[in-house]
Amino acid sequence: MTDRKIRVLIAKPGLDGHDRGAKVIARALRDAGMEVIYTGLRQTPEMIAEAALQEDVDVVGLSILSGAHNALVPAVIDKLTENGLDTVKVFVGGIIPKGDIPNLEEKGVYAVYGPGTDTQRVVAEIKAAVNPKSD
Amino acid sequence: MTLIDPKAIRNGDRLALSRALTAIENNTSESKRIQAALFPYTGNAHLVGVTGSPGSGKSTLVNQLAKTMRQSDHGEKPPKIAILAVDPTSPFSGGALLGDRIRMQDLAGDKGIFIRSMASHGALGGLAHNTAAFASLLDGAGFDVIIIETVGAGQAEVDIARLAHTVIVIEAPGMGDDIQAIKAGILEIADIMVVNKADRPEAENTARALKVMLEMGRGGESMPVTGKHLMRSIADKDETPKQADKKPGWETPIRLVTAIEGSGIDTLVNDIRQHRDYLESSDLWQSKEAYRLEKDLEALIKDKLLSQWQESLDEEKYQKVLMEIIQRKRSPIEALDLLL
Repeated sequence: MTDRKIRVLIAKPGLDGHDRGAKVIARALRDAGMEVIYTGLRQTPEMIAEAALQEDVDVVGLSILSGAHNALVPAVIDKLTENGLDTVKVFVGGIIPKGDIPNLEEKGVYAVYGPGTDTQRVVAEIKAAVNPKSD
Repeated sequence: MTLIDPKAIRNGDRLALSRALTAIENNTSESKRIQAALFPYTGNAHLVGVTGSPGSGKSTLVNQLAKTMRQSDHGEKPPKIAILAVDPTSPFSGGALLGDRIRMQDLAGDKGIFIRSMASHGALGGLAHNTAAFASLLDGAGFDVIIIETVGAGQAEVDIARLAHTVIVIEAPGMGDDIQAIKAGILEIADIMVVNKADRPEAENTARALKVMLEMGRGGESMPVTGKHLMRSIADKDETPKQADKKPGWETPIRLVTAIEGSGIDTLVNDIRQHRDYLESSDLWQSKEAYRLEKDLEALIKDKLLSQWQESLDEEKYQKVLMEIIQRKRSPIEALDLLL
């Protein structure tokens, strides 16, 4: 049996068109041996949850710079749950005010990354989130 | 992990289907059970391959094809469509960036379409090791058309000819001269040729060079041409005589398309249907299926024999023989007798 690859969906919900951060993360995860599905810009929560279902990903990473995270993130998580994907781990990257983070974590987000985050930290935390036993 | 129910897959449970594909990818024991349960339902889907060089517009074309196929069935039920999009695995990290969905956003929200991205895992023929198994599962799940998009392929990635019933080779204008067009390989497997980006000025020239190439390939009136493009690449060094003399041949059309705008797509969808009709009416459908199933079986046997051999291997002896080969004391051919 070959080792199971971690599959990650990187998506940009909402209307902002800045996907440099998403691409940097996608590249770093690829270099860490993961299979990264990048869906491009302007995704609705429905589109993201549907892509996550079809691709059977372990993790969904949402990149949001528009300030609409308080609306979009819970919407994505609700749609994932609706699709039966309640075991999928969700992280958020972008410009997120500190005060909003607890609210997102309560909704089920396991990590929030701001500008300047070390990509190796993102990699390590994905591995830990998917396989809690190994480190 | 809950067990996956093959009946649920038959009934259109998309999550069960998706999980089953993952099970195949990871070669779990469960995947065998599901594949066996669905196998009796396979053999109905039309497998359409789309191949061509990186950036020629494969994903954009697949997006348009699927969209048009879902719309244009004259009053009939539109076909359920699955798309398998293969992108390369990094040879260094083993990771992959699968970006074909970016071009397929028009298809989101249509429950009659299922898109799955695959990493090639180092397979060299333009497909992934499990692409055939994925296609078979989707066939058994009841999809009518399965579009398989290869890795951006150059000249020799012709595995798709063995898997797909209908192969579309897509070229963009301005890539190489007419000598490129008469080289062997990817152009020979085309059942339908597409020159994409037809809004560019060089597109007509590219189409003309391809036309010349195809006419040379036809080699005059006397040669039996049935299924030539389909069968030549897969029939080399293989026995299987094809019933080449009974039906009129398939003439590979060359279509000018601007995929990003959707122009020329209706004609192409029509070509795909006609090619299916042609295969079915000429028995080529049957012979192609038989050939593919035989090759699949061979591949399974090879995998199994290899893993059995690896299990029974005396590692110490293997290293010793390997060292002798590295020191040029023994040839690899001689080593075979010692190791098998």
